[in-house]
Amino acid sequence: MSLSLELINVWYIVAAGLFIYGLKGLGSPATAVRGNLLSAIGMFIAVVVTLFSKGIVQFEWIMAAVLVGAIIGAVAAQRVAMTNMPEMVALFNGSGGIASLLVGWAALYNSGNTTFTHITILLSILIGGVTFSGSLVAWGKLAEVMSSRAIVFGAQRVVNALILITLVGCGVMFSLEPSLTSPYLYAVIALSLVFGVMVVIPIGGADMPVVISLLNSYSGLAACAAGFAINNNILIVAGSLVGAAGMILTNIMCKAMNRSLANVLFSGFGAVKTATKVEGEVKPIVPEDAFLILEAASSVTFVPGYGMAVAQAQHVVRELGELLEANGTEVTYAIHPVAGRMPGHMNVLLAEANVPYDQLVEMDDINPRIENVDVAVVIGANDVVNPAARHDENSPIYGMPIINVDYARTVFVLKRSMAAGFSGVDNPLFFGDNTRMLFGDAKASISSVIAEFKR
Amino acid sequence: MEAVFLALVLMLSIFLGFELISKVPATLHTPLMSGANAISGITLVGALTSAGAGNEMVATWLGAVAVAFATINVVGGYMVTNRMLSMFKKKEVPSKAGGGS
Repeated sequence: MSLSLELINVWYIVAAGLFIYGLKGLGSPATAVRGNLLSAIGMFIAVVVTLFSKGIVQFEWIMAAVLVGAIIGAVAAQRVAMTNMPEMVALFNGSGGIASLLVGWAALYNSGNTTFTHITILLSILIGGVTFSGSLVAWGKLAEVMSSRAIVFGAQRVVNALILITLVGCGVMFSLEPSLTSPYLYAVIALSLVFGVMVVIPIGGADMPVVISLLNSYSGLAACAAGFAINNNILIVAGSLVGAAGMILTNIMCKAMNRSLANVLFSGFGAVKTATKVEGEVKPIVPEDAFLILEAASSVTFVPGYGMAVAQAQHVVRELGELLEANGTEVTYAIHPVAGRMPGHMNVLLAEANVPYDQLVEMDDINPRIENVDVAVVIGANDVVNPAARHDENSPIYGMPIINVDYARTVFVLKRSMAAGFSGVDNPLFFGDNTRMLFGDAKASISSVIAEFKR
Repeated sequence: MEAVFLALVLMLSIFLGFELISKVPATLHTPLMSGANAISGITLVGALTSAGAGNEMVATWLGAVAVAFATINVVGGYMVTNRMLSMFKKKEVPSKAGGGS
């Protein structure tokens, strides 16, 4: 049995509708689970009707490949720890990218390709290749298989420009004389992979959320290009939806750091300026005293950063939050857009620890009322609460919007010891008159405060 | 003509994507990204047509490997998104909250 092309396209429209409706559902926590399910149903429909198309005559390879892919994907999705979600998404982006590259490559074997088709094939190879190797580098940086710092060398831009020019040159040569064994084809594939590595290595450290968003966007654009290559509407629609989604997230991340995308892509973070060294005296506090202040507080805001996840402190933080609430304190969790290592990462980690989502507030919601917060508890965050971003023009993060915890009545900063944070900038917050440093492992410190509560 | 039509589809989808995503709250950015990522696994449809077209062996293999990778993307992406989203809960009734450990 096989379906006509018209009927398949009708089903593709249904699938596209489900993707759109599903993405819309992801806009609110209450409808998100259903939205994701609808989107999955859309994907299922698209795959099934494709299998029934006339063009598909042999199934052995498909079945084997689907089985292998489904097992790997399912196991990975079940096993991954929420802290490692950025790595997982990077790898998934990478698989989407290599798949688009291969689809483009295989499309060369179709008969009757026009020059336009060849150009789109080259584009899907290029974007797919860049997504694949770029994602692997991003994964390496996030998993700390390689140094997470920006790798910058002198002639980087020149080298990148040369690679790009050679890529375009090879692409033109291939389009003029397309052949399955053209050396220019292999050159394009190889150079795309190299280019992917080159564009991601100069981005590092605190910029990782931008990279993940950008690669997410590329994986959609790669699928979109593959759609042009094989003349398939659903690939174009779904791919460009994802491309747009990734672009928006990239833009949000860039805005949250007050940097342009070009600045993130082409200059290694922290390589340009050195912050004015602030000098002052830190005022340490012991858990017993911290408890007394917290107990008397009527509103408390936790400001988590990736350090909280590293210390695995999210569960004790939630427990302290519940104790405070039981004590009549208003508890919120203020989350900076670039806290964590991918957009929204902190929210997921707190949700995993059973923090209700209505207590998670965004930076723009908390800042106007931060003066009325009795205690702001900073856990494993540094740059996103660094007041130098407001006034120190020499600071590499100058101009970046921050959560103004220093305006709260009291600030507790949980810190292992006095060392510069992730991007190596000094933080005047630590010397503030209303700042108290709670030194030690974040999880142990919070646990001690909880112990005081239960005494 | 075909190319023009496809370009129109492309443009409309991009606008729609911008329109849909700009309303998503920051809380859901991670699941949004992994959910969108799963959708980008739509390239699976293209991979299926390559792997099953009965073309030359090389094309079939390229297609089959693409099918495997795209399936990882689709299955893994949707499952992990679902896993994340099911953790987002509204404030519960205080039956469980006071328990502590």
